[in-house]
Amino acid sequence: MQQKKGVLAWALILIAVLFLLVMLVLPLVLVASEALAKGWQVYVKAITEPFAVKALALTLEATVLAVISNTLFGLASAFLLTKFAFRGEALLGACIDLPFAISPVVAGLFFVMLFGRMSPIYPFLRAEHIAIVFAVPGIILATVFVTFPFITRELVPVMEAQGRDEEEAAATFGASGWQIFRHVTLPNIKWALLYGVILCTARAMGEFGAVSVVSGHVRGKTNTLPLHIEILYNEYNFTAAFAVASILVILAIVILILRNLVEWRAKRGLKHAD
Amino acid sequence: MAASRQVIPGFHFTLGITFFYLSLILLLPLAAFLLYASGMGLTKFLEVVIDPRVFHAYEVSFGTSLAAALINGVFGLLLAWVLVRYDFPGKRVLDGLIDLPFALPTAVAGIALTTLYAENGWLGQFFYGLGIPSAFSVFGITIALIFVGIPFVARSVQPVLRDLDPSLEEAAVMFGASPWLTFRRVVFPELVSPLLTGFALAFARGIGEYGSVVFIAGNLPYETEIAPLLIMAKLEQFDYQAAAAIAIVMMAMSFAILLALNGYQRYRSKKQGV
Amino acid sequence: MPIEVQLQHIKKTFGHFQASNDVNFAVEKGRLIGLLGPSGSGKTTILRMIAGLEQPDSGDILIGGRRVNDVPAGKRGIGFVFQNYALFRHMTVRENIAFGLKVQKAPAAQIRARVDKLIELVGLKEFGGRYPMQLSGGQRQRVAFARALAPEPELLLLDEPFAAIDAKVRKELRGWLRRTIHQLGVTSIFVTHDQDEAVEVADDIVILERGHVEQMGTPVEIYQQPRTPFVANFIGEAMHIPDYTIFKGFENGTTEGAHEGILRPEFLEIGANDHEMRLPLASEDGIVRGVYFRGSNAEIDVEVKGQLLKGTRSLEKTPLHEGDQAKVFIHRIYSFAGGRTQILENRAKQVDSVVI
Repeated sequence: MQQKKGVLAWALILIAVLFLLVMLVLPLVLVASEALAKGWQVYVKAITEPFAVKALALTLEATVLAVISNTLFGLASAFLLTKFAFRGEALLGACIDLPFAISPVVAGLFFVMLFGRMSPIYPFLRAEHIAIVFAVPGIILATVFVTFPFITRELVPVMEAQGRDEEEAAATFGASGWQIFRHVTLPNIKWALLYGVILCTARAMGEFGAVSVVSGHVRGKTNTLPLHIEILYNEYNFTAAFAVASILVILAIVILILRNLVEWRAKRGLKHAD
Repeated sequence: MAASRQVIPGFHFTLGITFFYLSLILLLPLAAFLLYASGMGLTKFLEVVIDPRVFHAYEVSFGTSLAAALINGVFGLLLAWVLVRYDFPGKRVLDGLIDLPFALPTAVAGIALTTLYAENGWLGQFFYGLGIPSAFSVFGITIALIFVGIPFVARSVQPVLRDLDPSLEEAAVMFGASPWLTFRRVVFPELVSPLLTGFALAFARGIGEYGSVVFIAGNLPYETEIAPLLIMAKLEQFDYQAAAAIAIVMMAMSFAILLALNGYQRYRSKKQGV
Repeated sequence: MPIEVQLQHIKKTFGHFQASNDVNFAVEKGRLIGLLGPSGSGKTTILRMIAGLEQPDSGDILIGGRRVNDVPAGKRGIGFVFQNYALFRHMTVRENIAFGLKVQKAPAAQIRARVDKLIELVGLKEFGGRYPMQLSGGQRQRVAFARALAPEPELLLLDEPFAAIDAKVRKELRGWLRRTIHQLGVTSIFVTHDQDEAVEVADDIVILERGHVEQMGTPVEIYQQPRTPFVANFIGEAMHIPDYTIFKGFENGTTEGAHEGILRPEFLEIGANDHEMRLPLASEDGIVRGVYFRGSNAEIDVEVKGQLLKGTRSLEKTPLHEGDQAKVFIHRIYSFAGGRTQILENRAKQVDSVVI
């Protein structure tokens, strides 16, 4: 709908632009400005400091593991939900959405109660010297919990819209499950999958509440980047906090650009196909 | 339909993966939590839940989330409208920017907003000058929750508005309806459903939000203490039962919001005979 | 001739909906069968059960004499053409056609030869590198057809094969499909809701209604001897007559049951006056209520004794107009009293033939 724009239209555009500038852009500018407030040297020092590097490494580790396992789960569960009819489908869908209704802090609490001192399996874990809560495995589990619905939620509507016909056609030729998935389903959902993976990565990388509960805040050992930022900030080391934060801002912007690129590619692919 | 008779192969395989994964990541921790919480007894539960400090934290969480979700309802609709209906320079950047709160780690948003709205911050100077304490106050918490919730409403309304049949509006115009009347009577009713979806998601997310709020809240008991923060505080005092009790009430709130949404959508689709 | 496909007492429900209620029929080898019925009659469900895409609740499906109820779709040796073709949208035309053979791990050279042959057969030689989205509806249908035939199935199933194609191309494709299937000699079953399509394409038609078989036979048999009122109504044009004994020549009716009948337009002879009628005395008086030009003739709505009847009239004769008096002779009427079909001829004709 393209009309000649009146005063109202320009006013609405102006309000929208101002709202986003103040709410979204200004905080980003602030992060950059605070990070560089004491010059490049301080900035570089802050982000190369051993604890920061270790926190970055742990963040990447947790993110990569969570994204890989959630991708496998996302593919399996979306295939299950869209290509088969079975009793309990709706219940399963609701279960997968559950993390959206649960505060990350509460999610962290779940894992403390499963693996922590009050857990029935704690004596066993202790005897075997397995540390999960207040250790790296707990951080990974909490990250996985908070991010596991993303890929499924991205894939289900796309696969629902595509229907089962192509898979059924392949099945009438006697193709195996893997052949069908590899040659028929996957090529049809690659953009949606990539989109989901990107969303999942963004969320995994920045997870704070759940990780905060299970981490135990052991510096250099169980601190992810967001937790490291919190510690620096609470120590009034603002420049360092913002310097480290700027790494995450850059990652977030890269993710946004990737996300838009994927969306644009997917749309172009569709147009091309028409 | 019998679950054992599926045309497309792979039913048992994907079912197995999905159930194994859900059990490990979701059901087991949830069960551990419920098992632990059920051992607490009703008296202890009530004692925690109706404690004035806890009760006040719920009020703050609920009230600020509601306010933020309402504000996002208005601005989300505006953003979706502007992005779908108008063309202007920088539109694509603006569109991509809306997802920033999804991609930016909440802790980064938290420290950036706190610095921005603090007494000597870029925006804080202005607000404090007006006599409004914009940080470490309910006002600040609401700002943080608006930030977090921006994408929800805009992204639910946008696709519906884009796919709205233009002949609906053309029909209204043919009857001589004014643009405002057309919007109010023809366009807006179509947007109520996505608007409510976005609103409810933003609301539920706000109640559980931790990372972006914890810095700007100031965390004064009876004033700016939010429920997730109280869970953290109880955990630090090793009062796991109290933490579990608060968590149960929070989960109940989120579920109530999402169930209400679900109920409304069902009622609506039934009424329209879809 | 050996029997290729047999359905025995097939029952199938979806929730409360009875899709198949004791379906029985047999298809001979090499025949082209049309499953015809209105929407909701359960025709697609039957096709999908034969293919193995749905499972019957009870009853047996035999293909080549072998019970296949427990054989998965991919192992039944069936080619299936889906209603919207279900082409793999990320594969080219050639890749689509080759898929079935690739799954069977056929040697590459053999696959290439077979694809070459089929793509030639369906006349899409220049389109081998295109993707399904870049083809027209008719071209897609031919790709789906070639893809289904590639693994040399013993049985070809087609679900509403012409539904998604525009009218003009459809006409062309019908003839093409019939010729090609007969040339290949593969037993085929297709589903359609369009009687013209079924009559034109099929060797035999199976008429379905509410999940059971109403009648099976060649198009001519079904047209000339409809076994039930439903079939009479569904094939050809039919008018329902509550009591046919009001008309001259049918006063006696049959001895049993009600006197309901069904008339076809071609059972009527409509004339402008007595001179045009061979048996003026046995003709009814009528009033023309509507005249519609139909290209090769005129369709006439004529009211006789309060009944609105539909007939045709040659354009060579004096034209009739709305409100004109007309003469109507009813040659025959279908009666379904007592659960069997009877063709009642006008008694005046029999009397006449005796006189002459």
